[in-house]
Amino acid sequence: MAQTAKKQDQTTGGFEHHPLDDLLRTDRIPHIWCPGCGIGPTFSATLRGILASGVDLGSTVMVSGIGCSGRAAGYVKLDSYHTTHGRAIPFATGMKLANPKLNVVVFSGDGDLFAIGGNHFIHAARRNMDLTVICVNNLNYGMTGGQAAATTPHMAKTTTTPKGNPERPFNLPLLAFAAGATFVARWTVLHGRDLMESVQAAMTRRGFSFIEVLAPCPINYGRRNKELPLVTLRNYQVNTIIKNEASPAELAASGSGPIVLGRFVDENRESFLSQYDKTYRPQLAPAGKE
Amino acid sequence: MPPVVLTGEHYMTGDEAIAEGAIAAGCRFFGGYPITPATEVAERMAHRLPGVGGVFIQMEDEIAAMASIIGASCAGVKAMTSTSGPGFSLMMENLGLAAITETPCVVVNVQRAGPSTGLPTQGAQGDMMQARWGSHGDYSLIALAPSTAQEAFHETIRAFNLAEKYRVPVLVMTDEVVGHMSERVVIPEASKLNVIERVKARGRKDRYRPFEPGENGVPPMAAAGEGYCVHVTGLTHDERGYPVMTAECQESMQTRLFAKIERNLDDIALTRGFFLDDAEIVLVSYGVSVRTCRAAMEEARALGYKVGLLQLLTVWPFPEEAVRALAGRVKAFITVEINLGQISLEVERLAAGLAPCFLAGHCGGTLISPDAVVEAVKRALKPGGKQ
Repeated sequence: MAQTAKKQDQTTGGFEHHPLDDLLRTDRIPHIWCPGCGIGPTFSATLRGILASGVDLGSTVMVSGIGCSGRAAGYVKLDSYHTTHGRAIPFATGMKLANPKLNVVVFSGDGDLFAIGGNHFIHAARRNMDLTVICVNNLNYGMTGGQAAATTPHMAKTTTTPKGNPERPFNLPLLAFAAGATFVARWTVLHGRDLMESVQAAMTRRGFSFIEVLAPCPINYGRRNKELPLVTLRNYQVNTIIKNEASPAELAASGSGPIVLGRFVDENRESFLSQYDKTYRPQLAPAGKE
Repeated sequence: MPPVVLTGEHYMTGDEAIAEGAIAAGCRFFGGYPITPATEVAERMAHRLPGVGGVFIQMEDEIAAMASIIGASCAGVKAMTSTSGPGFSLMMENLGLAAITETPCVVVNVQRAGPSTGLPTQGAQGDMMQARWGSHGDYSLIALAPSTAQEAFHETIRAFNLAEKYRVPVLVMTDEVVGHMSERVVIPEASKLNVIERVKARGRKDRYRPFEPGENGVPPMAAAGEGYCVHVTGLTHDERGYPVMTAECQESMQTRLFAKIERNLDDIALTRGFFLDDAEIVLVSYGVSVRTCRAAMEEARALGYKVGLLQLLTVWPFPEEAVRALAGRVKAFITVEINLGQISLEVERLAAGLAPCFLAGHCGGTLISPDAVVEAVKRALKPGGKQ
């Protein structure tokens, strides 16, 4: 008995079964993410949200782009597609339209979704495409060693802005809202339970859902901006306020005031698929309302 | 509601015939973006697809259009997009994704003169090397080149069949003239059409390996939602679909991606010969220039020149054997194409010095005239004729 326990210690770190093991390709662990990275907690809250939503896992798909967060598709034990840089959303769009029974989750980073993929994001939001998009926002390009992104705060240092970022970053919830997303939320990795609940809510609704997750990148972003890993987390704790239904215009994630978190938009508007079926495929549209 | 297959005689453009061929072949997803001279393919699909249970979506650009058809195909639905030069350039990165993930799909390029915006409303055949090598890295794919609206219909069906059979992106490389010209198209009964479906994953779900080759070196494919829990990546991957960053894995994966095409040339590389038996000069051509060649051949034969024509219905993989077989016994090859020499380079490679090779081509914007081809025949037969 003691011997068995010892064996388990070596292979599983003492835990017989992690509650998310069924959703992980455990044969691909260890993962590539750095110590202190925020993708792990975001990934785990996402998986818990998917589980809690009760959706059929056999018809749930994760699509990622390129970058650190893009590797999530390689670790999740669902049908999972690791596509090209910036193109997870149009790939996911094709997948959802080809088989509307699928629950399609896009999990990717800020560089992927908002710089190279920015055009696809706004159009999918405009269409109210039936997708759940989760963005790990670590304020820089981590995979390539810490370059400025479309989310890097003004004057922050990165390898391509050595004296500070001359540009100003996107306010992602405002962008999503303005483009037409019908569900918009923002959390940090410290708000695991809120994040999980937002994922859960997003999974069971139609239309375009967007969740931004502020996540530390101590190796590439924190280091160059004199922000120790615990300082980032401390900021998430003390320098944030939760304000559900806050106006997206007040949500800039960098600036003087506290960062506003919460569920900002949850609007019922006909989704692309339901509108398409009603207009073009009445033979397929379910009777009654959405 | 119109039937799925529009059996009967029609007067339609090449672009419309491509759309009808696609629907007859079972295409049920189209992600597109408007571009001259390919827009009519998208318009026809927008009109026709919902009636047969399919979906049309106009994406925000050609990058998205290409990504969307790969996603749709991974969900188990036959998918297509259509474009012309500038859009074709934007599709190149995701074309590579389709190649490495072995995702069946069809991309139509109704060629216009380039480079860049070029002559949007005027034809050319200048994208033929881009078709073969346009995406980065080393890979293989299939490209077909119809020369009439009727061929456009049938070759689009063949494009889907090859895409599904070999799990590969297939290009339909037509051109503005074929795309916009209206002519007679006869669509057979649905039961007379040969339509091939991809080999699906079967057996125990926990033992399925998404990239383990089956028959012909092609892995049976599981779609999203079928319970096989696949991982598909654009990274170099092993048979499980898992990324493996080694030279060994790169070699085994890429070797198979090439082999599944190159070992099946007999099935893929389709050509048609005209008057080849006694030909001393062989015209090699594809797409709209085949029509030029047929007129030129008649003209030249009337003048007493023994001219034949090798029509490449498949351009990539290049029908090597067809050229090689002729090389030892003809006096010259003349490649006829609307560019300054692309497929002519392949002909030269396969003629391997056994026969001199000439090009009858120009920069695009008009067709090549039959007279120009006859002149090239005379030049080729002149002693010491300049290549």
